[in-house]
Amino acid sequence: MARASFAQATWLVAEREMKTFVSSKGFWIGFLATIAGLFALTVLPTAFGGGDPKVAVVGSAVHAVQGKQLDVREVADVQAAADLVRADEVEAAVVPDGGGIKVLALNDPPNDVIRQLVAAPPVELLDPAAVDSDQRFVTVLVFGLVFLMFGMGGAAIAQSTVTEKQTRIVEILVSTVPVRALLAGKILGHVLLTLGQVLVLALAAPIALRVAGLSELLAVVVPALGWFVPFLMLGFVLISSMWAVAGALVSRQEDLGSTMGLVMLAVMGPYFGVQFFFDNPAVLAVLSFVPFTAGVAMPVRMFAQQAQPWEALVSLGLLAATVVVILLVASRLYTGSLLQTGARVKLSRAWAPAE
Amino acid sequence: MLTVRGICRSFGDHRVLDGVSFDVRPGRMTGFLGANGSGKTTTMRIVLGVLAAHGGSVSWHGKPVTPADRPHFGYMPEERGLYPKMKVREQITWLGRLHGVDRTTAQRNTDQLLDDLELTERAGDRLEQLSLGNQQRVQIAAALVHDPDVLILDEPFSGLDPIAVETVLDVLRKRAANGVPVLFSSHQLAIVERLCDDVVIISRGRIAAAGSREELRDRHATARYEIVVAEDAGWIRDVAGTTILDLDGPRAVFEHEPQRVLAEAVRRGEVRSFTPVVPTLDEIFKEVI
Repeated sequence: MARASFAQATWLVAEREMKTFVSSKGFWIGFLATIAGLFALTVLPTAFGGGDPKVAVVGSAVHAVQGKQLDVREVADVQAAADLVRADEVEAAVVPDGGGIKVLALNDPPNDVIRQLVAAPPVELLDPAAVDSDQRFVTVLVFGLVFLMFGMGGAAIAQSTVTEKQTRIVEILVSTVPVRALLAGKILGHVLLTLGQVLVLALAAPIALRVAGLSELLAVVVPALGWFVPFLMLGFVLISSMWAVAGALVSRQEDLGSTMGLVMLAVMGPYFGVQFFFDNPAVLAVLSFVPFTAGVAMPVRMFAQQAQPWEALVSLGLLAATVVVILLVASRLYTGSLLQTGARVKLSRAWAPAE
Repeated sequence: MLTVRGICRSFGDHRVLDGVSFDVRPGRMTGFLGANGSGKTTTMRIVLGVLAAHGGSVSWHGKPVTPADRPHFGYMPEERGLYPKMKVREQITWLGRLHGVDRTTAQRNTDQLLDDLELTERAGDRLEQLSLGNQQRVQIAAALVHDPDVLILDEPFSGLDPIAVETVLDVLRKRAANGVPVLFSSHQLAIVERLCDDVVIISRGRIAAAGSREELRDRHATARYEIVVAEDAGWIRDVAGTTILDLDGPRAVFEHEPQRVLAEAVRRGEVRSFTPVVPTLDEIFKEVI
C-alpha cells in the first residue's frame, strides 16, 4: 500500500477545506453580499447623487441663474422663497439685493449653488494628479474593505482547526499525515478559495464601473487591481498562518475568542491605518513597506500613482520574505499546540520542543 | 508482530507508564485491560505516535515504527470524533485517501464497510445526524477503510448495544483472520473474555499480566472444584484433607482431594455435576491489579 506523499496529503486537506467551506451557507451569503456591495458603492452615487441643485428664484434674480446648471423654481417674493428654503424644498434661494443678487440658505453656505453663480478664475495645474481625491477615497475604501473581508474570512481556518481539535479527529489526522501537511493544506485551500473570490470580484469591478459610467476611472483602477491581487494573496497567506495558530492554541470553539485578538489586530490594523493616512503620502509610503499594511497601502499608492513599480516589487519581496518566516514560526507553533488539549496553550509552551 | 518494549511516560511528576512491554501477534485479537487511569490510552497514543514516549520502543516487524509506517495502522481514538458536518461516505472515503489509498479503492472499501456495518442507508447523511451508536460504527469504518496492517482500537465496544457489538465483532474477526494484529482496550471484561485470544492487563502503568487467554487461566487456576449432588453436600466437610469454601445445599465449592470427594459422592448417590473451577477474567483481573 502506498503512502500519501506530502503534496497529496496537503492537497487532500485543501480539497476538504474548500468543499466544506463552499458548501456552507455563510460563505455564499458573505460573497454575494460583497458583490452586491461593490455594485452599490460604484453605481448608487451616480444614480442618486446626480441632478442639479434646486433653487428658488425671485424676480430679476432670474437673469443670474439663466444658463446655469441649477434646477430653478420661480416664486413671487422673498418671503415665499425663504419659506421654501426653511421647508427644505430647495437648497437655496436667489433673490435680488440692491443692484445685484443675494443667496438665502438654511445653515450652511450652499457651495454647489454659489459655484454656479460666480465666475471661477482659470486654473492651471503644474503637476496634475491623475486621480482626484474622491476617487482615491473610494479606492482606499474598496481595497481596505476587500482586505478586511478576506482577512477576517481567514478565521474559518482557525475554526476548522478548533473543530478538529474539539472532535479529536486530529489524533487520526496526526497519526496519518505530517502536521505540516495539515497546516499547508488548510492554508492552500483557503488561499485558493480567496483567489477564486478575488478573481470574481476583479472581473465584477470593471463591469460595475462601466455600468456606473466611470470608464475613465477604469483605466486607472485596472493596473492598481493588477497590483492589489498579488499583495492581497500574499497578505492573506500571512494572516492565514496566524489564524491557524490561533485555532491550534485552544481546544474549544468557545475559547477561540481569547486567541483571535492579535490576528484581528493584524487584519484591522492595515485597514484603519490606510483609511486614516491615505491623505498623508509620507505615512502611506511607510505603511506600503510594512508587510502587514503593504497589502492595502501599496496598491493604493500605485493607484494614486505615488509609487514606482520598483517600489511595489520591493514591498512585494519584503512581504514574501515575511510570509516565509511567519509560515516557519506558525508551523512550529501549530505542531507544538495541536495535540495539547484542555486549557489554552501558552505560546512559549507551543514553541518549546516536544516532550 | 507489533512489539512494545519498556515504554515509559510521565506527565509532570506523575509517572503514567513504567516499562510497559507486550506483543500484539498477527492474526490474534489482543485485549488490553486496565482500570480507568491505568495507562491504556496513553500506551495506545504512544504506539500511534500521537504522544511521544520518554523511553522504550515500539517496533513493527522488528524495526522501530516510523511515521512512514503509521498510515498503515488503523486507529480508533478513545475520544471519538470525525467531522460532524461531513457526509458519512464522503468522510470515510476521504480518510482512506489520506491514508494513501487511491480513490477507487477507497470508495470500494467504504461501500463494503458501510455494508458490513449496516450503515449503507446512512451513507449520504452528515455524521451529526446519526445516533451515537451509529457514529461509533462510522468510527470503526474510519479505522478500517485503508485495510490497515495493524489495528489499535481504544474501547471499540463502549456505547454499542449487544447487536452492534456482534456486528463490529464480525468485522474485526474477519481482519484478525486475515493475519492483522488487533489490539483493543476494554473495561467490559465479559466481552474481552469471549472474544480475545491474548490478554494484556495493565495496572498503574505496569503490565500486571500478559499472555494467551488459556495461559492466563492456567497460571491463575486454583485447585478448586464445584460439585452438585442430589441432596445436601454438607458431608464433604468430613472428607479428610478437603476444605469447603462455599456450601449451598446440594452445591459445594471445595479445595483438595477431588477424587476422594467424587468417589464418596458417587457412593452416596447421584452426582449432577463436577467441574474444576476456572477463573474468570474478572477474577484474574482483580487478582493481578
